[in-house]
Amino acid sequence: MAQQEYQKYYVPEQSVWPIVGAVALFLIAVGAGLFVMQTVSETWKGGGIVLSLGLLTLLVMLVGWFKNQIDESMSGLYSDQLGRSYRQGMAWFIFSEVMFFAAFFGALFYARTIAVPWLGGASNNAMTNEVLWPTFEAMWPLTSTPDGTTTTAMGWAGLPLYNTIILMVSSVTCHFAHVSLEKNERSKLTMWLGATILLGCLFLGLQVYEYIHAYRDLGLTLQSGVYGNTFFLLTGFHGMHVTLGTIILMVLFLRILKGHFTPENHFAFQAGSWYWHFVDVVWVMLFIFVYIL
Amino acid sequence: MSTATDTANEDLQHDHHDDHHAHHAPSGITRWLFTTNHKDIGTLYLWFAFIMFLIGGAMAMVIRAELFQPGLQIVDPNFFNQMTTVHGLIMVFGAVMPAFTGLANWLVPMMIGAPDMALPRMNNWSFWILPFAFLILIGSLFLPGGGPNFGWTFYAPLSTTYSNDSTALFVFSVHIMGISSIMGAINVIVTIFNMRAPGMTWMKMPLFVWTWLITAFLLIAVMPVLAGAVTMVLTDKFFGTSFFDAAGGGDPVLFQHIFWFFGHPEVYIMILPAFGIISHIIPTFSRKKLFGYASMVYATASIALLSFIVWAHHMFTTGMPVGAELFFMFATMLISVPTGVKVFNWVATMWRGSMTFEVPMLFALAFIILFTIGGFSGLMLAITPVDFQYHDTYFVVAHFHYVLVTGAIFSIMAAVYYWLPKWTGKMFDVTLAKWHFWCSLISVNLLFFPMHFVGLAGMPRRIPDYSLQFADFNKWISIGGFAFGLSQLIFLAVLIKASRKQGEPVDDRVWEGAEGLEWEIPSPAPYHTFDTPPVVK
Ligand code: HEM
Ligand SMILES: [Cu+2]
Repeated sequence: MAQQEYQKYYVPEQSVWPIVGAVALFLIAVGAGLFVMQTVSETWKGGGIVLSLGLLTLLVMLVGWFKNQIDESMSGLYSDQLGRSYRQGMAWFIFSEVMFFAAFFGALFYARTIAVPWLGGASNNAMTNEVLWPTFEAMWPLTSTPDGTTTTAMGWAGLPLYNTIILMVSSVTCHFAHVSLEKNERSKLTMWLGATILLGCLFLGLQVYEYIHAYRDLGLTLQSGVYGNTFFLLTGFHGMHVTLGTIILMVLFLRILKGHFTPENHFAFQAGSWYWHFVDVVWVMLFIFVYIL
Repeated sequence: MSTATDTANEDLQHDHHDDHHAHHAPSGITRWLFTTNHKDIGTLYLWFAFIMFLIGGAMAMVIRAELFQPGLQIVDPNFFNQMTTVHGLIMVFGAVMPAFTGLANWLVPMMIGAPDMALPRMNNWSFWILPFAFLILIGSLFLPGGGPNFGWTFYAPLSTTYSNDSTALFVFSVHIMGISSIMGAINVIVTIFNMRAPGMTWMKMPLFVWTWLITAFLLIAVMPVLAGAVTMVLTDKFFGTSFFDAAGGGDPVLFQHIFWFFGHPEVYIMILPAFGIISHIIPTFSRKKLFGYASMVYATASIALLSFIVWAHHMFTTGMPVGAELFFMFATMLISVPTGVKVFNWVATMWRGSMTFEVPMLFALAFIILFTIGGFSGLMLAITPVDFQYHDTYFVVAHFHYVLVTGAIFSIMAAVYYWLPKWTGKMFDVTLAKWHFWCSLISVNLLFFPMHFVGLAGMPRRIPDYSLQFADFNKWISIGGFAFGLSQLIFLAVLIKASRKQGEPVDDRVWEGAEGLEWEIPSPAPYHTFDTPPVVK
């Protein structure tokens, strides 16, 4: 019977980590909520403390859960079928992230091709412009908003271009690391992965520098109307994802130094590298639609 | 599928030899807190959904009490607004969606011959973050300034310029609900892709599994968009962005586009699993195979795809260009074609069947008729020029309560009555259940049908007061509402009796005409099923 060969699908007995994670998310949500509310009114207190507590709990949960997971994986409890579950789960998670960015890209396209032209009187909105914002002229990047806030656009040459090259190269080094892992060339693996991490950090450093430049020299801020809004939310969420990706790669790096992963069994590495390629692709979209066009 | 019996028996014998692999449930509170078992988690989801249904229902009672008479009498308008808002949010995200996820947890592994969900620990996490999310949402009602009062659709600028501080808590609680749904959906999809028993090919999959697969896809595609929408509300309100503010080059209508890009697929998320459930129950009690299985699958898939291109039918009155109005009108009408295919298939299944009318079948039949009424009012709303008249009136409220209460929620009740004996091993109290059905059926129509009339006559929704000419209908609507609310206490009684394992023991198949792997295993279903997959022929 074919069932004889069936590798039992590993169903863990019980686990404390999810409920710890649930408490963590609860504290984070309450803390972050209060923290934000504190910015508008004196009534609210304690956001920072609750938020930190939540983040700490989340950290404990992540370490515990992953340690659990790694131990199980190293002791050979996992089957190929389970590996497929993880891979597919990761792929769908990345798809959900794509849709999250899609919402902000959608806002960008709408603002650019519909909202701003309409405020300037396009389509059947001549009176909107005439009555409400008579001096407003549609343009993109929107450097002068209907209520008169002005700013300067961020060019694509210089820093953004370097950052694009950095991330694209890092995608390639990440791929080489994967190839080395599959060929079991461990020293090349550490080298390529190390290079990827360095490029990630370099990207983040330059990004911080770019933000300082925007705030200080260009007067481009989060409050600079819908151009600044889409600019900072898109690049900001992307930057957060690069940060997370870099941390994941660092954890993988440490695990590789400890001798984890084999050419056949390296789901965590695969997931990390998929994530890295994903943030790179998002950046290319950003570069085209936020910076160049 | 008949071979599954052998494998199930084999499984049982095999269990006796297996020494310390826990095949009985652990006990105490930690069983529920730490569980990775799909049946436990399914039970948690279902009870949570039911409790939320009662809390959300209580809020509806407040709304109906205020609307019993014209004039302002019981609550102040701001509190009224908080009730309509939180009622909607709780029913959508706390009752209907978790109930379907609970059913998916219980049923999908049993229907495809899998030992559990693909990612059991994440499954626990998906559930346990939900009660916390609703704790935050409901808790915010008690804060100074009150909770969310901008409607479940949280349109800007109501949720930005004019909302109270606790909007931040609303935003983060919606984030948690979204994370829960996305993780739950990933689990369902991966389970279906990767854990089917040998021989369970795509076109042999039970329809509940098919519809949930497509629902899960919709969830993963649109919940992140909702997350984006609340995030922009947060930054607009607290950090000075102007996504939804024309002064900064944004547009409040942009909010509606983003929201409804999520919102319309969301309504299908709440009805596709219902289609699956009905497609199980009707054949069983008609003692016939489902008519047009393949067309059901294709219809579900096309409904899901079309649901991405109809969102602006919620926005006909926002002043879109005429081309867009027409496009969204026709696209919306197109969806009723695959929906109609389903209704015809159910009717054709019953045609010349030897039908019996057990409680699940009663709910399923009521579903078909009343959901169709909701579909027809939807078609009326889809006609752009007439929607100018109906929009934001009680007609819309009537429409979506027919599709959601007598649609989604009736299907959930049908499902619970249908599979409950399999879960507990005992038949539920049939007399009480019939009382539950008939009381619900009569009161729900008294509650929602007259809303069509007052809506057509122009009574606006979400307003605590109304003109005198609507008084008679509203009195009856409120009476229907209270009666429907009370009827659910009968349901509570049935469920409590069932969870205490009272009632006649049932055999494995439970219902004479039932087909599918879940009916081949013992009743009550053992704590672990299909440790070794059955072979499906
Ligand atoms: C034949 C299929 C359907 C059509 C043509 C349709 C059409 C529409 C239209 C045009 C509206 C907007 C009315 C307005 O605001 O002026 C609407 C509202 C709504 N529909 Fe449907 N619908 C259909 C099925 C469903 C189903 C299956 C569900 C849920 C299970 C649903 C849930 C809703 C909800 C919740 C709203 C109101 C949202 C709000 O404004 O709060 N509809 N429908
Ligand atoms: Cu819709």
